[in-house]
Amino acid sequence: MSDAAEVLRRRSFEVLPALVFLAAAVAAWEVAVRALAVAPYLVPAPSRVWAAFVETRDVLPAHLRTTLAEALFGLLAACMAGVGVAAVLGASSALRRAVYPLLVISQNVPMVVMAPLLAVWFGFGMMPKVLIVALIGFFPIVVSTLDGLLHADRDLVDLARSLGAGRAQVLRTILVPSAVPGFFAGLQISAAYAVLGAVIGEWVGASSGLGLFISRSQTAFRVDRVFVAVIVIAAVSILLFAAVHALARLAMPWQHAGQGGAERGHA
Amino acid sequence: MTDAPAIEVDGVSLTYPGRPAVAALEGTSLTVERGAFVSLVGPSGCGKSTLLKVLAGLARPDAGTARVGGQDTTGSAGLAAYMPQRDLLLPWRRSLGNAVLGAELAGVPVATARTQARALLERFGLDGFERAWPAELSGGMRQRLALLRTFLTPRDVLLLDEPFGALDALTRREMQEWLQEVWREDGRSVLLVTHDIEEALVLSDAIYVMSARPGRIVRRIEVDLPRPRGALDTTSTRFGALKAQVIEALSAGR
Repeated sequence: MSDAAEVLRRRSFEVLPALVFLAAAVAAWEVAVRALAVAPYLVPAPSRVWAAFVETRDVLPAHLRTTLAEALFGLLAACMAGVGVAAVLGASSALRRAVYPLLVISQNVPMVVMAPLLAVWFGFGMMPKVLIVALIGFFPIVVSTLDGLLHADRDLVDLARSLGAGRAQVLRTILVPSAVPGFFAGLQISAAYAVLGAVIGEWVGASSGLGLFISRSQTAFRVDRVFVAVIVIAAVSILLFAAVHALARLAMPWQHAGQGGAERGHA
Repeated sequence: MTDAPAIEVDGVSLTYPGRPAVAALEGTSLTVERGAFVSLVGPSGCGKSTLLKVLAGLARPDAGTARVGGQDTTGSAGLAAYMPQRDLLLPWRRSLGNAVLGAELAGVPVATARTQARALLERFGLDGFERAWPAELSGGMRQRLALLRTFLTPRDVLLLDEPFGALDALTRREMQEWLQEVWREDGRSVLLVTHDIEEALVLSDAIYVMSARPGRIVRRIEVDLPRPRGALDTTSTRFGALKAQVIEALSAGR
């Protein structure tokens, strides 16, 4: 058997239990709703959620596009601001002591409180949603990028200095690459919350987006459609998370070296 | 270019602050002539590595002067090509990228440095591994790559801190003979720190023996064995006599 087929076979065995459990849970849900005759505006059966999905599949893509665009722009803004702030805080320990507590406090302002305020300030367009995603995503990126910068191997820094590197060269050759894994660790956390952030923003007021779709469905007591939106949000979040993971692998090929290549290296 | 010796250390003392403060070096003096291979032998923790750090410009002596090529190393790093005990390869650079680091930081154009590195890959036993990540290399290869990085750094003086310390005895013996050959072709001045007496004898023109902490130079021993020196030479009478001298000096400094 070839290596690739072997890996595939092992992978499918790894996800098999999760799939079986999921199928069992959905079946149990269907049976329970039917047996207990639960009203569809309280808990819809999976078959009904599926029907709602088929019914709304023409309007969903437009909402999804809006939400995804807000999430991606928000993540981009979070990356730029996060890396910028981490760089500044990494350079000065005085600034770090001054600003770090404020950063932590800022994370404790609930987004459900911020969202209406941002809508008042910036209207009902994409801007306030992008800002919410950025506000949520910025913190993990700052913290873990800064951690990577500050915990770069001292011996590597000394080595570069002993070879004649100035401050800028130490930054370029040692500190920045040392911070890359931290940056991606932060970005993964931010990516997992990005779609959720956009939906919270849309909830408060929007002309398009999955959050708007949910709030409209809710006022119409279409809980089946709410479920459809929740499932779409979960699926998109997982895809976004996986995309960042793939990006991290591409950006840091060395992190996966040494497993497959070990035999070659020790030959 | 001046006529100054490659390395001149004069009365260097260094105490690491802390509780208790650790006196690492006390009035240490030594000289490495141009083009010579000189070793520094001493018990573990005697300040050998500290002395190299002073010469690399990474540690400041409390007293005395350390010069590389006539220039004071106090507070000025980058006068010599320094190879620390750990191989310190950058995990995010492939072999070739690691090899050129020293040259790159010294301002050699990257393309030129890469060409030079490629030409030396085979000599350093890294042929075919230029695109490998450090994590894919064996211990011996990592060490040779770190040495290649050091040799490619355009400096007249090389400072090697126990380059083979982490290797098994057999690989170590091979690497010593190999380093001897590489150095003979290269011809630059080397100061090697080691606690392996045979390694020092095989490689060096002269050996400085250091005392236990705080490190002082106990004795300088000239190694007048003909080169190249192979494994068989370590069994000669002259080799044995020199080894006895080193051991005697080591126990005198305890």
